Amino acid sequence: MTSALVVKGLSLSVPSASGRVTVIDDLSFDIPAGRRVGLVGESGSGKSLTAYSLMRLIKEPVRIEKGEIFLGGQEILGMDMKKFRHLRGNDISMIYQDPMSALNPIMRIGAQIIESIQLHSDLNRSQARKAAIELLASVGIPEPDRRIDSYPFEMSGGMLQRVVIAIALSGEPKVLIADEATTALDVTTQARVLTLIDKLAAERGLSVLLITHDLGVAAQFSDELMVMYAGKLVESGSVNQIFSNPVHPYTKALLNSHCDYTTDVKKPIDSIAGQPPRPDNRPTGCVFSPRCAHVQPKCRESVPQLEMAHDRLTACFRTDELFELGAVK
Amino acid sequence: MTSQTDSVATLSGVSRIFKGKTGTVRALDDVTFDLKAGKTLALVGESGSGKTTAARVLLGLDQPSSGSIEVLGRNLGSLKYEELRLLRREIQVVQQDPFSQLNRRHSVERIISSPLIAFNIGDKQSRRKQVIDLLKAVGLEEEHLNRRPHELSGGQCQRVAIARALAVDPKIVVLDEAVSALDVSVRAQVLNLLREIQASRGLTYLFITHDLGVAHYMADEIAVMFRGRIVERGNRDDVFKQSRHHYTTGLLSSVPLASPTAEKRISEQVQSLPSPVESDACNYRSRCAVGSDREDCKSLPIQITQGSSTHSWLCHSPVVRS
Repeated sequence: MTSALVVKGLSLSVPSASGRVTVIDDLSFDIPAGRRVGLVGESGSGKSLTAYSLMRLIKEPVRIEKGEIFLGGQEILGMDMKKFRHLRGNDISMIYQDPMSALNPIMRIGAQIIESIQLHSDLNRSQARKAAIELLASVGIPEPDRRIDSYPFEMSGGMLQRVVIAIALSGEPKVLIADEATTALDVTTQARVLTLIDKLAAERGLSVLLITHDLGVAAQFSDELMVMYAGKLVESGSVNQIFSNPVHPYTKALLNSHCDYTTDVKKPIDSIAGQPPRPDNRPTGCVFSPRCAHVQPKCRESVPQLEMAHDRLTACFRTDELFELGAVK
Repeated sequence: MTSQTDSVATLSGVSRIFKGKTGTVRALDDVTFDLKAGKTLALVGESGSGKTTAARVLLGLDQPSSGSIEVLGRNLGSLKYEELRLLRREIQVVQQDPFSQLNRRHSVERIISSPLIAFNIGDKQSRRKQVIDLLKAVGLEEEHLNRRPHELSGGQCQRVAIARALAVDPKIVVLDEAVSALDVSVRAQVLNLLREIQASRGLTYLFITHDLGVAHYMADEIAVMFRGRIVERGNRDDVFKQSRHHYTTGLLSSVPLASPTAEKRISEQVQSLPSPVESDACNYRSRCAVGSDREDCKSLPIQITQGSSTHSWLCHSPVVRS
């Protein structure tokens, strides 16, 4: 299978009182063409920095220390910015978390979509307007020929997120990044927007990177899953495999601490003791070792590498034992 | 004094109408519920459904346009300022944002002891001891006494806010989206803590959340709100297993379950824009798959159907259950 996007050895750093510290550590993954890859992890694990790196939106004081990103075979981190601007929006685009701040509040939504269409094509204004109305219709906005002249404040959060999706799709990208795209929305609206992204991705053969902290969203709307903890990938594989038999202790603990309306209310929810380490205070050895229920002396001394085992990649010294231990509880 | 022996707070027919330049909003429309001693009532619904307004009128922070509120047998509308202030020893609140609800210039000790000072409880030494006990009760340590909010994580700040709410030993705690800002592993810790504290202190919770999973885990009774009205109310199993209102079933089917093999159910609701038309008829019908073209849903005033002693709903044509 060909890859729409390949990330190799990406490392990012931020300044701290004790010098520059690593926030994303040697991250490698790929998004196969036409697949939906979920990226889950807690706040601070590096999910959004990963997304910004793919869009080349990383700015000082955050710095890309090393790594390569290949978009359709072309390396983009070393590419001339002028050249990359033609790819951003055309080949790769992103839906941001907060639709209200992603849009210009004093510009009509139509003008914002038309601007994006004209940037990525040579349509004239009236052709672009027609294309914008079609885009609005395709993202399920009722009466698009009327709503195109609305201002952002005249629309609800769910409708605005559809506008943001329309803008993201305006350059007909091949890779779409959705960074917590539905987190700010109500659950009924979230369901509609996610279903819409799913439908559009299938129709257009898009590869999707779905960044979320909601395990339910990841389970229902991705084919493959990557789990990040403290700037590192700890487990990645097919969504079915990881949910039915998580191997890494962090993945196990994360799935166990999830609470939905099928959770047994008689028992306390399994929580993970403590909290994620700060970037300037990461432990030696395995980053998860201070909170891990299966920790051994070895884990505190050396760093487990991401290795293929049981049809997935996982970074743990006790992979085989934990695999035998079986599924969630 | 209480109207029902086991009820510690009651909202009866409470409406709160906001009038603005562009029209009136019925933030609460004839809302009735009660909090039973030692139990948890969850208010669920989407943003703008009136959950927080209900909490504000219960706390006496906002006056209803009509209807009455009783807390521990006392009618809030008839209380003088000082009486209301004293009543706040019995009803406390924990808010959503772990950082903004704490004064970032104050130490943890000062934050937690401030209600004790406000109600003139104890002296400096005894207050310090009490604050340490409270810190331990919420899973923090004595070493946190002199920290300031920016030195704490979100989960720790939320624990401090809970400790502050517990300081005056209240009977009722309003938790307004108290775990929504927390990550999943930390959220589980705080939910477990809240359940332990409730069991050991016999607290009554009003638990406001948009997260149905959290409501299911925490609540004995659940009230589903939609545009200012309670559209369905019942015990946990009534609402989650035998839901009758189409909005409740729509909400439940919208929750993505954390299992890739779970059946994907797309919400059956029809697409519509909000209709701010004010009427006694059902206000959900513009989104309802069943009621959108039914004449009775459009014209008949909607009334509560009491299905069982614990379960009621606001619908002309409820979901059929065997």
